[in-house]
Amino acid sequence: MPIWIARDYPRCTGCRKCEIVCSLKHEGRIWPEASRIRIFMYTPGLEVPHLCTQCMDYPCVSVCPFQALSVDESTGAVLVDRDKCTGCGKCIEACPGAVPFIHPRDGYVVICDLCGGDPECVKVCQEVGYNALVLAKLDKPRPDFDVLKKGYARKPIDVAKDLSILIYGEEVI
Amino acid sequence: MIYGYNGRVLEVDLSRGSVKEEKLDESIARMYIGGRGLATKILWDRLGRRWDSIDPLGEENLLLFLAGPLTGYYPGARICVSGKSPQSNGIIGSTVSSEFPVELRCAGYDGIIVSGKAENPVYISIFDDDVEIRNASHIWGKKGRETLASLLKEWVDRYGWKPGRGLLKEPGVLYIGPAGEKMVRTASVMSKWTHAAGYGGYGAVMGSKNLKAIVVKGTNPLPEAKDMVETEKLIREIWRLHLGFNNMRFRGTAAGFLSVAAATSSEPVRNWQEEWHDRIETSTAYYEARLWVKRFWGDFGCAITCLKIACIKSGRFKGYITDNPDYEMQAYLGANLGIFDPESVVYICALADELGLCGIQTGNVLGFAAELYQRGILDENDIGFPLRWGDVEAFAKLMHMIAYREGIGDILAEGTYRAARIISARKGVDVLKYAVQVKGVAVGAHGVRSGLDYTMETAYACSTQGGDHTSVANIPLRSGRVDLRESGALFADSAVLCAFNSFSVEGDIVFRLLNSVTGFGITMDDWYNVYVPRMLSIQRVLLLIGGPDAYWKAVEDDDNPPRFYDPLPSGFKAGAVVDREKFEKLRREYFESLGWDKRGIPREDTLVKLGLSDVADELKRRNLLR
Repeated sequence: MPIWIARDYPRCTGCRKCEIVCSLKHEGRIWPEASRIRIFMYTPGLEVPHLCTQCMDYPCVSVCPFQALSVDESTGAVLVDRDKCTGCGKCIEACPGAVPFIHPRDGYVVICDLCGGDPECVKVCQEVGYNALVLAKLDKPRPDFDVLKKGYARKPIDVAKDLSILIYGEEVI
Repeated sequence: MIYGYNGRVLEVDLSRGSVKEEKLDESIARMYIGGRGLATKILWDRLGRRWDSIDPLGEENLLLFLAGPLTGYYPGARICVSGKSPQSNGIIGSTVSSEFPVELRCAGYDGIIVSGKAENPVYISIFDDDVEIRNASHIWGKKGRETLASLLKEWVDRYGWKPGRGLLKEPGVLYIGPAGEKMVRTASVMSKWTHAAGYGGYGAVMGSKNLKAIVVKGTNPLPEAKDMVETEKLIREIWRLHLGFNNMRFRGTAAGFLSVAAATSSEPVRNWQEEWHDRIETSTAYYEARLWVKRFWGDFGCAITCLKIACIKSGRFKGYITDNPDYEMQAYLGANLGIFDPESVVYICALADELGLCGIQTGNVLGFAAELYQRGILDENDIGFPLRWGDVEAFAKLMHMIAYREGIGDILAEGTYRAARIISARKGVDVLKYAVQVKGVAVGAHGVRSGLDYTMETAYACSTQGGDHTSVANIPLRSGRVDLRESGALFADSAVLCAFNSFSVEGDIVFRLLNSVTGFGITMDDWYNVYVPRMLSIQRVLLLIGGPDAYWKAVEDDDNPPRFYDPLPSGFKAGAVVDREKFEKLRREYFESLGWDKRGIPREDTLVKLGLSDVADELKRRNLLR
């Protein structure tokens, strides 16, 4: 069943517990710059959770010259084959939100894998009651949802600008 | 390698413009942990023998930014700023939250030691191993928000996006506002917009070194923990415990504005002339409904998020933004100045942030000036305008004058204690009795007269950090929790974590985390019997050596401000006062519990037992051990 992570940006507190649990799960360490979800804060109070939203046309997957990226059939997540990935960065350029990035130590591209269906970031955000991240489910792939999902595939700076008006009533960036 | 540490400290000499790395020895890390504890060791070793001749605002002083082994691991990361304090002339460990310490640890360092003085304004830029001292003349003179925005933009334009590599998150930044640049002794080291390391006056020390900011980015993981499985388990356990700390989560410390006055009668009102009020507009309900635009706001790993963002969207103070404001700001820039209206309080707190002033120390000196005006000791000719209780515009104007050292602001910029000495000499009247401070440090907004707050009679009088309400001299030393008494504060400031995140957690869990990260095997007994006396003894000795512009006498200066011996005039605790006999008995007990003599001077056998025979030798040389 396809899932994805919806975001309620104004609710993000900037506590970055999502970065902690994500990097613990995927790297075995606390490692903010290797976390699949990263909180960008170009302006205090305007914290933006930034992670893959699984666009249904998957521009990153189709652009990869080495077939290193594939789609997880059960969740819809983008999976990275580390042996095939050369770190060329084509997928980063193809992503409308500049979400993928090169792993700071190992050189391959890093993309959210939805933890195989039970994302740690969502669990921790829900447990503490902030609910900035919510797990959305679809009973089957729905192309008409793509517009909605792609709304999250934006650069953090653009999200922050909108957020600024919502929170502070004016652009303070 | 040392588990939980990078094992490296960065040394930046601004006089020479040079940068080098120093190794952190395992034995030192084990004995002094980090943060405030490590600061006592570094400052003792490097400056201890000529401490009295070191001008805190001179080139010789050191400015330390030290993290600890739990920074980033324990929920709620902090960095400890210290050096020789221009307020107490001893050591104060002043901590501030933000992602700065995490970035620093991920860049591969446990701390930064800044020495010397740059010829022109500079800032330090750290990007993993790449460390540079950069020109800061374009941001010198700028206020907080503009400084941060300018530094972040510069960094993001340069490193934030790399074709083929993707986006990098923004760096962590510490900076000073105009007050720090002017070496105002109540200036703080700032982070984000509203986070401040206020106690100690280290903003002025940064200014004295011509250092406007430090920008740091790290792309590595936190230093490896000894037992990561156990560490993760404990972190999650602490998060769950935080959920029970509901009042702090939902109302932050802002709830104190009303409750500390109406329920515990220990809030400064009009320069501590009263400690009680029941003004309903100070209730959080008014802030929530009118001003809070973010209900939960936190820093790295924090599950309590006691910060709330307040923003004024219309009216004469439109555009001012600050946090809650938290209790200390509300008390000192609100009630202490006779200001109770929520929007006025947010405005003046936001102004303090923008100017880079510590709200506690500055609120105290503003209240002190207003009391002198009330008593006719200072008049309109001295100040330039009437300074009446509750007049927010007048206090805002005076705050500007302090930050820029204009007119009488130049005197008040010296902090309450020094300003009182200057005004006493000029006016020929003793005004020190109106100065509510201990050893140069204005006391925090938790009075001791009512006996209902967490502060005991000895809280400020005997603290090695003077009036610091986050490190109070309460006994017994052993509380079983990392709380605000000196024995707990030392842990929070040395492992470097946010003490607000440890109130609701049994000490046992905190120590298990320390040991699972470092593998040191330190027990709570070790902590109270060895670590606390060791660190406090060094702090105490350097505080008593003091100088060159202020000296403290043992016992005589280990006392409460005179005001605390006046009975409370109002409220349900009217008449309450500090009982001198009881206080003196507690003071003796406090000194004794640390192995100090009846004057509070560490005994020779105590020092030798703690591995501090060099400190004992110095005391003998200075003829202090008698």
